[in-house]
Amino acid sequence: MLAVESLTRTFGGVAAVSDVSFSVRKGHVHAVIGPNGAGKTTLFNLISGVYTPSAGTVKLDGEDIGGHAPDQLARKGMSRTFQNLQVCMNMTALENVMLGAHLRCRSGILGSLLGLTRRADAALREASIAAMDFVGVGAWRDAHATQLSFGVLKRLEIARALQAGPRLLLLDEPAAGLNDSETHEMTALIRRIAEDGVTVLLVEHDMKMVMSISDHIVVMDQGRKLAEGDAAAVRKNPDVIAAYLGAEE
Amino acid sequence: MRFSRFKALLATAAVLVVLPFVLPNNFMLDIAIRIAFAAVAAIGLNVLMGFAGQISIGHAGFLAIGAYGSAIAATRFGWPPLLAIPAAAALCAVLAWVIAKPILRLKGHSLTMATLGLGLIVNIVLINEVGVTGGPDGMAAPPLEVAGFALVDLRHWYVVAAVVLWLVILLSLNLYDSPCGRALRGLHGAEVAARVVGVDVALFKTRAFVMSAVLASVSGSLTAHYVGFISPQMASFAHSVELATMVVLGGMASTFGAVLGAALLTMLPQLLGGLHGYESILFGLILMLTMMFLPRGIVPTLALKLGRKR
Amino acid sequence: MNDLAQFLLSGLTTGAVYALAALGFTLIYNASGVINFAQGDFLMLSAMVAATLLAHQVSYGIAIAVGIAVTVLVGVMLYRFAIRPAGEADVVSLIIITIGASIFIQGVVQVVLGKNQQVLPPFTGDTPLHVLGARVLPQALWVLGVAALLVAAVAGFFRYTLTGKAMLAVAANRLAASAVGIPARRILQLSFGLSALLGAVAGVTAAPITTTVYDIGLMLGMKGFVAATLGGLGSGLGAVVGGLVVGVLEALVAGYVSSAYKDAVPIGLIIVILLVMPHGLFGRKSTERV
Repeated sequence: MLAVESLTRTFGGVAAVSDVSFSVRKGHVHAVIGPNGAGKTTLFNLISGVYTPSAGTVKLDGEDIGGHAPDQLARKGMSRTFQNLQVCMNMTALENVMLGAHLRCRSGILGSLLGLTRRADAALREASIAAMDFVGVGAWRDAHATQLSFGVLKRLEIARALQAGPRLLLLDEPAAGLNDSETHEMTALIRRIAEDGVTVLLVEHDMKMVMSISDHIVVMDQGRKLAEGDAAAVRKNPDVIAAYLGAEE
Repeated sequence: MRFSRFKALLATAAVLVVLPFVLPNNFMLDIAIRIAFAAVAAIGLNVLMGFAGQISIGHAGFLAIGAYGSAIAATRFGWPPLLAIPAAAALCAVLAWVIAKPILRLKGHSLTMATLGLGLIVNIVLINEVGVTGGPDGMAAPPLEVAGFALVDLRHWYVVAAVVLWLVILLSLNLYDSPCGRALRGLHGAEVAARVVGVDVALFKTRAFVMSAVLASVSGSLTAHYVGFISPQMASFAHSVELATMVVLGGMASTFGAVLGAALLTMLPQLLGGLHGYESILFGLILMLTMMFLPRGIVPTLALKLGRKR
Repeated sequence: MNDLAQFLLSGLTTGAVYALAALGFTLIYNASGVINFAQGDFLMLSAMVAATLLAHQVSYGIAIAVGIAVTVLVGVMLYRFAIRPAGEADVVSLIIITIGASIFIQGVVQVVLGKNQQVLPPFTGDTPLHVLGARVLPQALWVLGVAALLVAAVAGFFRYTLTGKAMLAVAANRLAASAVGIPARRILQLSFGLSALLGAVAGVTAAPITTTVYDIGLMLGMKGFVAATLGGLGSGLGAVVGGLVVGVLEALVAGYVSSAYKDAVPIGLIIVILLVMPHGLFGRKSTERV
């Protein structure tokens, strides 16, 4: 579904990502791991339209999407979450999730002003509550965003991303900042999402999570692809162990 | 417990109907009418500032364009005011749309400075083009005429003001709870997130800008025909700040907050006897203290305290 | 040709005032990321206070000194009582706070010192000199000279003094600067005070030429901001260059096109700049980290 070829991005002489190639298969869970500074986030931002590639291509189902703006990518079925949370704190939890369905709504100003969207909104409300239940934050359906804890907000972002009905979901360090039990729930959630047929690409540090849910792992180090393969292969790869894993988790 | 749009509108209608019978004299009625017109502009500005988070301190410019546009069309071209008002609003919409494209690419303080600049330009033009606008001394505006019947009676004006206000409140409440409204509020909350869910940021900011310009224009036009006289003061920086203060104080993104802000800030100068310096002191204090202690504004803060979500 | 020289010189003079206002904006923006909408009012305040004291028979030197001192105090108070308590408020809130402060100051001046325009007498008389075919007021030379001195002093402050370097550190990364022991809040307070000082001196020096009135700060601030943005927000050199460019452009338009619309020039300019060159002449590009 997603093909990354010789992708490179330099920032004033420093190559944050250098000649990286891999592909993401539809319906699978792919992870990108690597030590700090390996270029994972830059890679992520390149794929999700935050950065433009200096060289190389990113193709979604054969179509070159390098440098496309995030809102255009949303139209092509790509959704993402953010490590540092980008939640609208001026809205309720439910409204945040409903925002995720933006592209599926009539969002013209005239229709909205005249109240013509009321019925569709009621249906959207129900669907969004269901999405909140799916990710496990249904208990907070009546809460305001400012009343929610970090862990809940992280899952709320995923609910929002899912409301767009994406083909490809990009998760930016979903376990960052979560404690053990929250990480456990997050792992289960990602598994549920994949079972629903959504292709998932995640960047992550937590080895336990990565090893347990990924069908395919790409290891990066210093901007380059170091290795790739399934969990077992990567765990045994001597280069990976040398660069990164050290003691087994 | 969800905020019921229907109940709120019903309550508002009830208040508006009862009010003229409760107010003791014509002076108060006049203030009520002025509040209504100010509230129309404030509600519009609220869409831009409260919903979309784009701070404008030049919106008095649109108000003045509405006022002068309507007055000039009526006096110099002999148009009936009922035609002049929408014409001026259309002019503002076009102007806003043209300006929005470039301006809204700016962020934060740059955008605000640009709006300041625009308001000042309108002010300068109004003062200097004496032939068209009557210059610093202002010009007269004919009264509103409906089917040959000139609106002069205060009570008739109250009906017009109340109906217009109620309609604008309806529009704003509809917008708040709609995909477009959520997209706009998303822009304020986390623009990155809005972008990622597919919101065309430039387009939505433009929509908010144009809508706020149109409402300001309508407010200005109605005021012009009501008062019968307008001056370049309408486009002054002080007036722009007054509008912004209404939104900030009453509550960013809150429709009723904007109305409350309009009410408070229209009545205050009356209490101060129109001494300009004291007005500035007070407005300045209000702006600073509100942002420091009540950053959400009065109505949302109260609403949160009372357990609702608005 | 004489006309051109005249316009250029008068443009450079006003440009020097704008440059100082722009420098003030840059100082505060660099240290705290805040655009101080009240910057222009610093230029107004010192002159108004000085003029009022003068009218009460206070000697000129003392009147100016007090005017400057009061303005610096106001600048510091603005930080301590309006900006600092707001804590980590977002850009929108800070913008509104400084707008509020600006209006507040204007209101107080209006009430306490009156609405009328005030005049300050020139420092060394008002017989025009002849320079390069143009008639120049001695006060204009004062403006240029004082501005040059202040710019040099500020540059020297940042390059050679420890406090100056500390200020640059706070601007670059407040948390890191605090971590190495730099008192960030005191530095921020200092930046507001310094910025007010620049504005105050510019104000009293320019007032004999431009006269002063309670709401002159608005236009001055706006033009100072235009200059700062033209030069590239954050660049001291840019602020100065920007100021001179704005002043000269304005004078040329006033001279050759129309004097009534000369104020529209900087306003139009800023819109053009912000669109075409959002980082100005010397500004740094920044990428937003997501």
